[in-house]
Amino acid sequence: MKHLISITDLDKEDISYILKKAEEFEDVAMGKRKLRILEGKILGNLFFEPSTRTRMSFEVAMKRLGGDVINMTAQEASSVAKGETLADTIRVVSGYCDAIVIRHPLEGAARFAAENSSVPVINAGDGAGQHPTQTLLDLYTIKKECGRLDGITIALMGDLKYSRTIHSLIKALALFEMKIYLISPEALALPDDIIEDVGGEIKRAKLEDVISEIDVLYVTRIQKERFPDEEEYRKVSGSYRITAETLKKAKDSMIVMHPLPRVDEIHPSVDATKHARYFQQSFYGVPVRMAILSEVML
Amino acid sequence: MKELVVSKIREGTVIDHINAGKALLVLRILKIQPGTDLTVSMAMNVPSKKMGKKDIVKVEGMFIQDEELNKIALISPNATINLIRDYEIERKFKVQPPEVVEEVLKCPNHACISNAEREPIKPRFYIKTEEMKVTARCHYCGRKIENLDDYIS
Ligand SMILES: Nc1ncnc2c1ncn2[C@@H]1O[C@H](COP(=O)(O)OP(=O)(O)O)[C@@H](O)[C@H]1O
Ligand SMILES: [Zn+2]
Repeated sequence: MKHLISITDLDKEDISYILKKAEEFEDVAMGKRKLRILEGKILGNLFFEPSTRTRMSFEVAMKRLGGDVINMTAQEASSVAKGETLADTIRVVSGYCDAIVIRHPLEGAARFAAENSSVPVINAGDGAGQHPTQTLLDLYTIKKECGRLDGITIALMGDLKYSRTIHSLIKALALFEMKIYLISPEALALPDDIIEDVGGEIKRAKLEDVISEIDVLYVTRIQKERFPDEEEYRKVSGSYRITAETLKKAKDSMIVMHPLPRVDEIHPSVDATKHARYFQQSFYGVPVRMAILSEVML
Repeated sequence: MKELVVSKIREGTVIDHINAGKALLVLRILKIQPGTDLTVSMAMNVPSKKMGKKDIVKVEGMFIQDEELNKIALISPNATINLIRDYEIERKFKVQPPEVVEEVLKCPNHACISNAEREPIKPRFYIKTEEMKVTARCHYCGRKIENLDDYIS
């Protein structure tokens, strides 16, 4: 059976295959073409942690392909959590549906779920761990908007220490021999062991030094909770905020990405520039998740 | 003949060249706990030509499985095993770190599912050895352990 637990379970070929498949579903995702290949199939959404976007985009992807969805919300999950083990919940729910999407606060929960499931399990985020469908839609965005994946120069900016989006993504970027710049406050730097793990061309940098060189600027949120006090947070976060002004020296073709939701790290003035791609990126979550769902269920 | 630090046994398992101070951890790995019926003797910090100081553990009347013994490599990659029959060494080998261990190590990551109390889950680790340094990676959360001594369950 096929599960999707970690991006590191996929090699370059697997990734390219999923992205290619996603492309074939794009018009279906937009509602321009009807396709019913998952008719009669049911997806179980198990969200032990709140999520709107990820949950909705899985639901849309499933429905656009003619399938049905059952949902367990974070609220229902918390009452389940009191009485029942995750193992038991999975054993029960996998009897109700043809695939499970899980988000859970504990790292490794999705892999454990897969071990207890009789149907394929897709990881939609396990604590600070993995979020492979986000990574795949990020790669899809780069491929579509930059025309290629190999040899891209990308800057990752913001909280590189705690962001699971970044940790998942960076491993995949290295597969495509991208040149990676890391832009973050000292306290939120990418841990050294991850840099070593990833290998390849990675450098710490300042945005102003690399802005004219990069093809992609990937921005993530800096969370207040990561700082000892408000004052420190304000000092630091201010310099990791981008505006239309910040992007003046960028190449015309440079794109700005963000996993959303944003708070104030991307100023609304950027939305109207030719660089903004974060809403497009979030739409791409639909065809990519269609590709994944059809891959695990058919 | 060489003098034995601990008395001779007729039959059983001798674990030699244990890194000094680790004998108790060896017992823990072998799940030999207080209350055991086995006759176990132990020598700590005995002089050794090769290692300066070493520990030795002898378990009488029992031939411990190789698979169990190899787990000792996690904390003492130089340990040697002597299986004794009729007071003689019948077989001798150096421990080899296993590729995967279950229920030997505990994940240091509190947010790891393998530490969830009521789940029916066996902590599972992938073992890597580089230049005699042994490290482990959690099957569930991917956390790497460098100092394995601290996480023997
Ligand atoms: N019959 C026995 N009973 C208990 N321990 C023994 C017996 N024979 C050997 N040993 C122990 O097994 C280990 C290995 O013995 P040996 O091969 O003679 O030494 P070395 O490996 O240091 O060359 C030593 O620690 C020795 O004390
Ligand atoms: Zn773990």
